[in-house]
Amino acid sequence: MRQDYLEIRDLRVTFDGFVAVDGVDLTVLQGDLRFLIGPNGAGKTTLVDAVTGLTPATGSAQFDGVELLGKKVHQVARAGVGRTFQTASVFEELSVLVNLDIAAGALRNPFSLLRARRGVPASVEAALETIGLSHLRDRRAGELAHGQKQWLEIGMLLVQDAKVLLLDEPVAGMSADEREQTGELLRTVARDHVVVVVEHDMEVLRAYADSVTVLAAGKVLAQGSYADVQADPRVQEAYLGPAHDPADEVV
Amino acid sequence: MSAVVTGLRPRLVGLSGYAVAALALFVLAPLVLTDFRLRLLAQFLCLAMVAVGIGLAWGRGGMLTLGQGVFFGLGAYIMAIHLQLSDAGPGGRPSFMVTGSGLPWWWELFRHPVAAVVGIVAVPALVAFVLGYAVFRRKVKGAYFAILSQALASAFALLLISQQGTIGGSNGLSNFQQFFGFVLNDPVNRRMIFFICAGVLLGMVAVVHQLMRSRYGELLTAVRDGEERVRFLGYDPALVKVFAYVVAAVFAGVGGALFVPVVGIISPSNVGVVPSIGFVIGVAVGGRATLLGPVLGSLAVSYAGSTLSAEFESVWIYLQGLLFILVVSFLPGGVVSLVSDRWRRRTDKGSDDTGDEPGGAGGSTGGEAGGDPPPASAAAEVPLVDDPTGQVQPGGVR
Repeated sequence: MRQDYLEIRDLRVTFDGFVAVDGVDLTVLQGDLRFLIGPNGAGKTTLVDAVTGLTPATGSAQFDGVELLGKKVHQVARAGVGRTFQTASVFEELSVLVNLDIAAGALRNPFSLLRARRGVPASVEAALETIGLSHLRDRRAGELAHGQKQWLEIGMLLVQDAKVLLLDEPVAGMSADEREQTGELLRTVARDHVVVVVEHDMEVLRAYADSVTVLAAGKVLAQGSYADVQADPRVQEAYLGPAHDPADEVV
Repeated sequence: MSAVVTGLRPRLVGLSGYAVAALALFVLAPLVLTDFRLRLLAQFLCLAMVAVGIGLAWGRGGMLTLGQGVFFGLGAYIMAIHLQLSDAGPGGRPSFMVTGSGLPWWWELFRHPVAAVVGIVAVPALVAFVLGYAVFRRKVKGAYFAILSQALASAFALLLISQQGTIGGSNGLSNFQQFFGFVLNDPVNRRMIFFICAGVLLGMVAVVHQLMRSRYGELLTAVRDGEERVRFLGYDPALVKVFAYVVAAVFAGVGGALFVPVVGIISPSNVGVVPSIGFVIGVAVGGRATLLGPVLGSLAVSYAGSTLSAEFESVWIYLQGLLFILVVSFLPGGVVSLVSDRWRRRTDKGSDDTGDEPGGAGGSTGGEAGGDPPPASAAAEVPLVDDPTGQVQPGGVR
């Protein structure tokens, strides 16, 4: 089986002279659930923005041999790179099913769009199953609980046929139960996708991260397993705090 | 289960409503209305065509089109030019042009009836596509788009006024004798024109109905509520929006074209800022995100306007403004939403068994729970314009 990977080389993002991302190299393989952590302002979200075409950047970000930098947002999406946002942004007026159906349809023939939906595409059915929202398919997305909205977003990435999933704080604001379910969902998804999770939550990180990249002041500070990173004195200094207390990282 | 039931009933209601409308227009109206009234109704139907398009672009697409007068005018003037030429006969020239040296070349484009009909559809479509795509690609939206489209209507009216020699300036074009070979003075032919208007309007409503229930309609709603999010799914939202904008423009153009034989005159005062806003008021009053709201609202406002302005000419324009403000402030879903809200509340009682998920979502509550069809549910909460800062927006966009 072919193994997909995302390869970022010397990525640099500058805002009016302020260097937000400063020469980051990052390679993430399929099946390796990667967490991206770092103090506030470390450039995590900016990195995701740069790769997905929202922020201009220099360097290189390649997936499947395709250069992503310089492409427009919707072209990056069509190249197989999807993302979520810190605040869940689903289409609140539309049902769960329609949200997924729209996500699945970017490559549909424009003329087929003029017909009404009939039946449920197989990919949508599978995604409903994966994210555990099958029983809520006809519910308006705006009425979902916070956690369910995040799952719906992940489901939208799955049906969008994204091979690379860049998730920005997917468990923020979730209850303990929801975080656990999200972690399991991420683990499932990471088996056949390249998954990068920007996250603050140390519990989730410890439980589910296959590998961790620590970003600080726009640079990669450390990389490795959770234990490796935790033991790194530079990381302790910059981010985790001397006592490794999860509460400390809420700056 | 309940979702199926609630999804089916509005469809039946819609179909029977459609049949009633067709009966009223094709049987009842010609029976009970005098020729004068029928002509007035035909005029209202033409304006309602513009409203149907605005309902799609604004209600569903979030594009507050304050400049539909431009497309209305394009269609109307093309029709007027054609009628003038056919009245004048082969090689002839319209009477108001006596002093000119020759017909402008673009008059000749619309001499042939087929060319005129094609032009009525194609010219507004082309203008709307070029304009719309340029604007939407630059992510101009919300109030900025509204102001831009209104400025366009104003500029268009000024342009027409400046063209005294070629299209009659502020007098416009009038005095048409024939409509594709039929004498306009004949009551039978006038009735035929009324039937054409009615048929075209019903056709437009059917087109919008299909668009609203299609995947495209769902996508358009998604673009309205989260344009950036749609972009991240791999769509180009500019293309999604421009399609609705083009459809609205074509409807406005056809409405304008039929307006000309019905009313007998087209002048810059029919296409400028004031009539452009007038189109929107009817849509807002009726309910912009619904299928029939724009039509009914537009007809009602036209009727009220013609009745009231006869007696209190100066008061009507203020009344119109007041009505618009009241509806936007207190009834953003329009009058039709009163009915559909009640409908929804009733059907909700049946479907509440699915609505007991604990810890309910952040946003909406009881009132609009359940498996509603999108047409009804979309109306109430849509902001007037999709405010570029306040809309449902991915948090990552900074």
